[in-house]
Amino acid sequence: MNREDFEIFNTGVIYFDNGATTMKPKQVVDSVVDYYTKYTANAHRGDYENSLKVDTEYEKVREKVQKLIHSEKKEEIVFTAGATDSLNRIVFGFMKNYLSEGDEVLLTKAEHASNILPWMRLAEEIGIVIRYIPLPEKNEVSIENVLKSITDKTKVISIAHVTNVLGDVRPVHEIGEICQEKGILFVVDGAQSVPHRVVDVLKDHIDFLAFSAHKMLGPTGVGVLYGRYDLLEKLEPTTLGGGMNASFLADGEYELKSIPSRFEAGTPNIAGVIGLGSAIDYLLEIGMEIIQKYEAELRKYLLNRLSEIPNVIIYNQDIESSNIAFNLKDVFAQDTAIYLNHYHICVRAGNHCAKILKDELHVANTCRISLYFYNTKEEIDQLIEVLKKSEDIFKVIL
Amino acid sequence: MDANIRREIILDNYQNPKNRGLVENDSDYVVVNSNNESCIDNLDIQYKIQDGVLVDIHFDGEACAISTSATSIMIRSLIGKTVEEAKKILENYEAMIDEREYDADLLQELNVYDEIYLQPNRKKCALLPFESLKKVFKQLNL
Repeated sequence: MNREDFEIFNTGVIYFDNGATTMKPKQVVDSVVDYYTKYTANAHRGDYENSLKVDTEYEKVREKVQKLIHSEKKEEIVFTAGATDSLNRIVFGFMKNYLSEGDEVLLTKAEHASNILPWMRLAEEIGIVIRYIPLPEKNEVSIENVLKSITDKTKVISIAHVTNVLGDVRPVHEIGEICQEKGILFVVDGAQSVPHRVVDVLKDHIDFLAFSAHKMLGPTGVGVLYGRYDLLEKLEPTTLGGGMNASFLADGEYELKSIPSRFEAGTPNIAGVIGLGSAIDYLLEIGMEIIQKYEAELRKYLLNRLSEIPNVIIYNQDIESSNIAFNLKDVFAQDTAIYLNHYHICVRAGNHCAKILKDELHVANTCRISLYFYNTKEEIDQLIEVLKKSEDIFKVIL
Repeated sequence: MDANIRREIILDNYQNPKNRGLVENDSDYVVVNSNNESCIDNLDIQYKIQDGVLVDIHFDGEACAISTSATSIMIRSLIGKTVEEAKKILENYEAMIDEREYDADLLQELNVYDEIYLQPNRKKCALLPFESLKKVFKQLNL
């Protein structure tokens, strides 16, 4: 749907790597160009018209994000450089003070590097203990395994809402309730969920949420950190400078601005934030439920069609997801991706930044198709046609 | 080189590579891991170098058709060569991949990659085994 808004599809590209980044509709690009050509100014500064307009537009996006993720206050929305930046700020700006030696943090082996490596460093620095929720069946997180993994030292659960390799959807609502009941902080990596489905931080008791604009039609280099207001009060700014201080004196005394300005030091990514606002308008205009439903239908169609090809191995068949992780029998994932590229079909090959998932999946590398609402059955048909004649793969790629 | 012959040599070395599987419990061998930073190839290559001669080379790991075949052909080309000869081959091979002047006679079967520059994203795959060769020379101060 809505393909006419995406100029890039006129190039003939078939884009199935939406878990990595998404295409940008004209509306988003125009909003960024408008800022650069019609009212460029810095935010939070001048007393002239354009600067006030920038301030207004920039702050409006906070309200749009608030609406998108259903947070209580718009001040709970902090603009960052992306989901990775948000997660690092949660770990080093908050958890470093909040946690002590021996405290346990629950993750899974299917997490993206940005939700594992910061914790590993924190473990080195202050001696927290990382534990992994087991993923036995279909690599999914079950409530039973969450409950089994919790000890009286568990202080945090930090997991993706939707994983980036298999695309499985975690039962965040139930986990959120468990966390609330047991006084555990619930950190959710929303990079793969916010673009595709309804996310409700209040209803699901999410304490911190991280996501990126570029995976949801927006510009690169901008993202969101949501934090419950009382937690943001204890979040230390990890970057200091202009725009985040209320005053400072030569004797070293300084006072921070209020929340969330204190977390946005320096000139923010104004164009990026404005583009994100336009992306949110675009998504909400279609409706997140409709996007989710359409992608589920599309995936079902893709699975059906893939079943026509005997040498396709699928690793995430029976789960709710908009991804398919697959390999061609006896072909290295990257060779398959290079083969598909000859037909202008973009898929991702590799471990998809989840380098320890192979312990669970027993296969190191896969090809990943990650769908978005602008993908079509016709594109899937073209993929199937190309995969069907893949016995000549080495003729094509060598 | 004829495209069909080129493809056949690459494919044969990919599907039936020389010396796949590491030699275990032999301290005469040095293992070097090579992973391609821009993709997912991950190979361990094992060298036995004695009296300035590359006596034996084995490898193991997961990699694409180009990296795997290039490793196999490198192993075939280097076993029995002196370190000095191997360095000459290395130098000329890199020159070929980078589209600089090189001595084709010296490279023999490695010439199958003489058109890899047409696919710039595959250059690193073809260079991967030779990166490990450089590493092992550095490690052993050769």
